[in-house]
Amino acid sequence: MAAEAIGVRVPARGAGHDLRAVKVVLHREILRFVNDRTRMVSSLVQPVLWLFVMGAGLGSLVRGSIPGIDFRTFMYPGMISMTVIMTGMFSAGSIVWDREFGFLREMLVAPVSRGAIVVGKCLGGALVATAQGVIILAMGGLVGVPYAPGLMLTLLAEMFLAAFTVTAFGVMLAARMKNMQSFFGLMQMAIMPMMFLSGAMFPLANLPSWLHVLTVVNPMTYAVDPMRQAVFSHLDVPERVNALLNPGVRWAGLQVPVPLELGLVAALGVLLLGVGIAEFRRAE
Amino acid sequence: MAGETAVSVRGLRKTYGKVEAVKGIDFEVPPGEVFGFLGPNGAGKTTTISMLCTLVGPTGGSATVAGHDVVRERDEVRRNIGLVFQDPTLDGYLSAEQNLRFHAELYGVPKGLVGDRIRQVMEMVALWDRRDAKVMTFSGGMKRRLEIARGLLHSPRVLFLDEPTVGLDPQTRSAIWGYINRLRRLEDITIFMTTHYMDEAEYCDRIAIIDHGEIVVIDSPEALKAGVGKDRVQIQTGDDGAAIEALRERFGLEAAVHEGAVTFAVPSGEEFVPRLFAELGMPITSVSVSRPSLDDVFMSYTGSTIRDAEAGADNLSFMRAMARR
Repeated sequence: MAAEAIGVRVPARGAGHDLRAVKVVLHREILRFVNDRTRMVSSLVQPVLWLFVMGAGLGSLVRGSIPGIDFRTFMYPGMISMTVIMTGMFSAGSIVWDREFGFLREMLVAPVSRGAIVVGKCLGGALVATAQGVIILAMGGLVGVPYAPGLMLTLLAEMFLAAFTVTAFGVMLAARMKNMQSFFGLMQMAIMPMMFLSGAMFPLANLPSWLHVLTVVNPMTYAVDPMRQAVFSHLDVPERVNALLNPGVRWAGLQVPVPLELGLVAALGVLLLGVGIAEFRRAE
Repeated sequence: MAGETAVSVRGLRKTYGKVEAVKGIDFEVPPGEVFGFLGPNGAGKTTTISMLCTLVGPTGGSATVAGHDVVRERDEVRRNIGLVFQDPTLDGYLSAEQNLRFHAELYGVPKGLVGDRIRQVMEMVALWDRRDAKVMTFSGGMKRRLEIARGLLHSPRVLFLDEPTVGLDPQTRSAIWGYINRLRRLEDITIFMTTHYMDEAEYCDRIAIIDHGEIVVIDSPEALKAGVGKDRVQIQTGDDGAAIEALRERFGLEAAVHEGAVTFAVPSGEEFVPRLFAELGMPITSVSVSRPSLDDVFMSYTGSTIRDAEAGADNLSFMRAMARR
């Protein structure tokens, strides 16, 4: 055996070092995902059920009032968001898992900034969630969504953005959590109302005003709407049906443009990321 | 930097609320030493190690590790230390090698060295053959070895081991010690460890006995045991009664038969044995000299055995828990 030890001089901290930390935390997130088939399948079950079972059932009920479109096509963008949100939240939840099993300590004692670790975690979660979303994307043809390259790319980018923001939200929640049960409890509590009020499951047109207010303040609305507008712009739908199913989001009667919606989601993501980092700095 | 102390501690204190976990301790560890913190559970060992590793901020006093202040130069300290905690901090879903790669990236080990260095540290703890196995399939001893390898990966100047063998069976414990001794020869490193196993403290160059948040004494195990005083000498002779008589007459020693041998205590047994043979005036068939154990040392400095001290601490926390209800 070689007697000479390889001496490693660890360089002083710099941007390059933090970048490596971001990359390795992200890489681990992907390895963990690829190794865990159960998780991959289980986060697909719900959206697929909603899309093909609930969507088909509700679709037969409303078929008469929305001529020219399958109700499942309407639900499709919502189910993409749902997949992405579930997966992103799961990724964030693994922080709590890591804390319970000690691995978080290995990360927090390293001579890198907390920021690098949290950013790596959020990017990793977003990437994994996007990969999961791609599977739903591939099913688009089954529910009447055309495989137009432009549409697919747009949805992919919007998925990633939504995934990043939701992972940042999850990381912020996970920063203080000590056990998985309470995290998943809190996650359910936060996700269900956000899903219901986002337009993922039913159109936001003609809602009672109190409900309308809730949908407008729900950040997830601004993640779902751009995806739906992208899908509907590639469909040939009668004007009346479009107004019913794809009304857009309105502030005081004015429609919020898609770039502003996406900007809001991105800004929120950055804000939550900042809060998450601050919490990890403080928790030390 | 060469030649300066690896760890230097001045008046270090830590209080949690009203409880003084560490009450102003001072010590220095020169480079290359294996330094042990010996004390019962709850004596302040882990609190001290956590302060030295920058995981817990001190309430008072100061400490430097590898020449860097643990409060003001936290990242510098972290770059220069390796850590092995009491509880495992591995990712069971990753392979052994993936765990080490993660560490190498996080600590910024230069890319060209990562592969070779991983192989070296894994060979040092005899886990290279198992590099592709998921860590969750490892036994407790293998996990500990992997953590030691990981702690060494970035060539730290000081390796901190917090109870490195706690919860392991005796065979695995001695194997772990084999690896630690081997790495001492291979790497230019200072080892700072805590333990509450007396037999493990024997492996240290120097030990500090800590009790109730204070350092009672610091010295080499040999000197500490010599400080307790007498060695135990046991001899076998043809006529035990005559031997006891002769010991009393010629040396003024009180002897008695224990474990089937004539047993007595003298200040330095090894030096006494030649005189014994020359002057006892009767044949001796065998002789054994045993040093006082560290248990005796602990007893003489703290007034209780380490087991009693732990039982006391447990009782206290039990009573506190009851009082809170």
